[in-house]
Amino acid sequence: MAPKKTKFAAGILLILGAILWLAISGFEEGKAYYQTVSELKEMGSSADGIKMRVGGNVVPGSIVRRDGGVEFQISQDDDVLTVHYVGKDPLPDTLVDRAQALAEGHYRNGSFEASMIQAKCASKYEAAYGESTQEGSPESY
Amino acid sequence: MQHLGNFSLMAIFVLAVYAIVASLLGARKGRPGLVASAERSLLACAGLSTASVFALVTLLFNSDFRFEYVANYSNRELPIFYKIASLWAGNDGSLLFWSWLLIVFSAVAVWTNRSKNRELMPYVVATLGVIILFFTYMNYWVTNPFHQLGVVTASGATEVFAPPDGRGLNPLLQHPIMVIHPPILYIGYVSFAIPFAFCVAALLSRQLGSAWITSTRRWTLFSWFFLGTGIILGGRWAYVELGWGGYWAWDPVENASLMPYLTATAYLHSVMIQERKGMLKVWNVSLVLTTYLLCILGTYLTRSGIVSSVHAFAESEFAKIFLIFIIVAAVFCIWLIISRLPLLKSENELDSLVSRESSFLFNNLLFLAACFAVLWGTLFPVFSEAIQGERVSVGPPFFNKINVPIGLLLLFLTGVGPLLAWRKSSLDGLRRNFLAPSIAGLVAGAILLAFGMRHFYALVCYILSVFVIGTVVQEFHKGTVARQRHRGGSYTSAIVDLTLVNTRRWGGYIVHLGMVLIFIGIAGTAFNVDRQADLVPGESISIGDYTVELLRLEDGTTPNYDWMSTILAVRKSGELIGEYDPQKHFYRASEQPTSEVRRYSTFREDLYLVFSGVTEEDKATIQVYLNPLVRWIWVGGIVMFLGTIVIMIPNKRELKLSRKDKAETALRDETEADTGRRHEVA
Repeated sequence: MAPKKTKFAAGILLILGAILWLAISGFEEGKAYYQTVSELKEMGSSADGIKMRVGGNVVPGSIVRRDGGVEFQISQDDDVLTVHYVGKDPLPDTLVDRAQALAEGHYRNGSFEASMIQAKCASKYEAAYGESTQEGSPESY
Repeated sequence: MQHLGNFSLMAIFVLAVYAIVASLLGARKGRPGLVASAERSLLACAGLSTASVFALVTLLFNSDFRFEYVANYSNRELPIFYKIASLWAGNDGSLLFWSWLLIVFSAVAVWTNRSKNRELMPYVVATLGVIILFFTYMNYWVTNPFHQLGVVTASGATEVFAPPDGRGLNPLLQHPIMVIHPPILYIGYVSFAIPFAFCVAALLSRQLGSAWITSTRRWTLFSWFFLGTGIILGGRWAYVELGWGGYWAWDPVENASLMPYLTATAYLHSVMIQERKGMLKVWNVSLVLTTYLLCILGTYLTRSGIVSSVHAFAESEFAKIFLIFIIVAAVFCIWLIISRLPLLKSENELDSLVSRESSFLFNNLLFLAACFAVLWGTLFPVFSEAIQGERVSVGPPFFNKINVPIGLLLLFLTGVGPLLAWRKSSLDGLRRNFLAPSIAGLVAGAILLAFGMRHFYALVCYILSVFVIGTVVQEFHKGTVARQRHRGGSYTSAIVDLTLVNTRRWGGYIVHLGMVLIFIGIAGTAFNVDRQADLVPGESISIGDYTVELLRLEDGTTPNYDWMSTILAVRKSGELIGEYDPQKHFYRASEQPTSEVRRYSTFREDLYLVFSGVTEEDKATIQVYLNPLVRWIWVGGIVMFLGTIVIMIPNKRELKLSRKDKAETALRDETEADTGRRHEVA
């Protein structure tokens, strides 16, 4: 191979290698496992220390704002999980009764300590609305 | 009205089929008349599509809640201004709007090329026809917005049902930016169909000269411009409306718009190499095709909800059909490139590592790497579930870790690339071009270090920013002085003249400058601070130099929503700046609250105030953010906007040339007309 081409190849490999390394380390830092509420409960203490994402519908009337945090419950089928929000950002406005919520954080002693909460937001709104109208009865108006 | 809408959609479908068949047949049999009739049918589609959008808008304006779409996305009290936004608030309506844009752009492309690119046009028409066919199919059969609400009566018959009021527009979308942000982003996504169609046409017809590139240069720039503006406006909307103090969260929807923007930016750069040196042809073709596929993929990701939800392989018919379309299109594109490889040979080779060409090459590599990382991270939950059965997501740390260094390398190349010579740069040339900007950057770095800045990436970012600004200013200055020497006149007139003679070059520098300002703003994130407190009137919270005191709580009501407000007195170093009233709105129709944030914004920093709610002890929870330099992002966006407009202005020299061209054409037309008349006489 001509030295010119070798130089290019080396440059490109160096860049791609560095990016790959960043990708792997970033992945380890950022990864979170999706679990359903029931899966999480089954895991018990083996869930300690693993970053998780868990989703469900907010139980109506369960959102309580107290000094030092917000607590609410999410349900999936018949399972209910208490989520204690300890993150620093304000909760999304879309987190209301019956909203589809996604919490990221750690599971400890039967309750979920969330550092981040997402709830069905603007651009993802439509699916939920569409679904409910297809199955929903006119009384919902 | 629904009949007008449905009839128009049906007619577009038929005409699109005709356009595809007629244009391909016309090209195959060499019958220009057939091609022209295919083109006319696309023009007719534009009229029909406008009628279908008009039909839906009329239904929205009339609050005709018999229609599911109208009932779902509007209500009687919704201001007229936002009723227009209802058109794209839901999947069905926005897809109709999408098709309308697509068809109108297609018609414009057909019209402007009516006497140009005759070998390419049949294939352009056919390609656009296929895309139109797909979207119209969706509009009519899958996501028809003219669907009526039905209720089954006791006797088993279905009756049309109209609820007394609609569910209203999602309150988060009730914001002026949300009226312009989606259409602007859509224009970007959709208009890329035109460069895509020209590229496919060039490959199909084997006319792989530079004709398709020059014909689509402005279209590409146009799409890129709208995509970029749409992204910035989206960030701005998130910042002022969502109330979490930031503007970018690596959300799948955001990523969906960023990916085609990255590949389009790469293409805008590498196309210069093809125009100048006949290199990177395969690469450019791939970039154009990829960008359009990413636009379609973005639409799919945004609408199918495939990545945003837990355990949800999209099951809807909509998602399935869309996915099939993407896969078929991707396979077709890959086949097209592979089968035309021999025609895409490079005319030159890379000479030196330190040359304009290689800086473009590395620039492209980085853009592609960033795009790939974003794609991978966005789709990871889907991949991991498909392969391992376990859904794993990667959060912002993944995206930041990769994209921050890539961004900084790109920033570096922004300064270096444009000043390197083609083929090979001499050491002397390097010193002449880079000495002053490098010194400026390092001095800035030393000052920041002395002031205690220790954040590595931010420090590198500011050093590079000063360096790039230095190179741009130096280039403008050198060019202006040289021009002044030759032509005389003032410095200002020389700088304007200089820019107008080569708008692509100097406009490009202005765009780079805007990008640097955006980087400066983004790097400010490293120094964000925030505090939260539950306050009763009279209590206060302090952050940085600011003190925020809660004076009182107020509440009230409007026809659309109820509101609650905290009145806050903001002081900086003890001096009163003003009273601010972050609010909470509760929208009646949708039963949803929103936070209305208030900001005290300066070029130095934003004080960002959020009223997050009332605790059980009746205290107001106030969240305060101090975000340095955010304003530079919006300023940078405006500078990029202006730079792109400069690029789009035809060069002064080109203008003269085209006037000459026009004179020649007029002369030729006259002669032809004369000959015609003579024939008639004969």
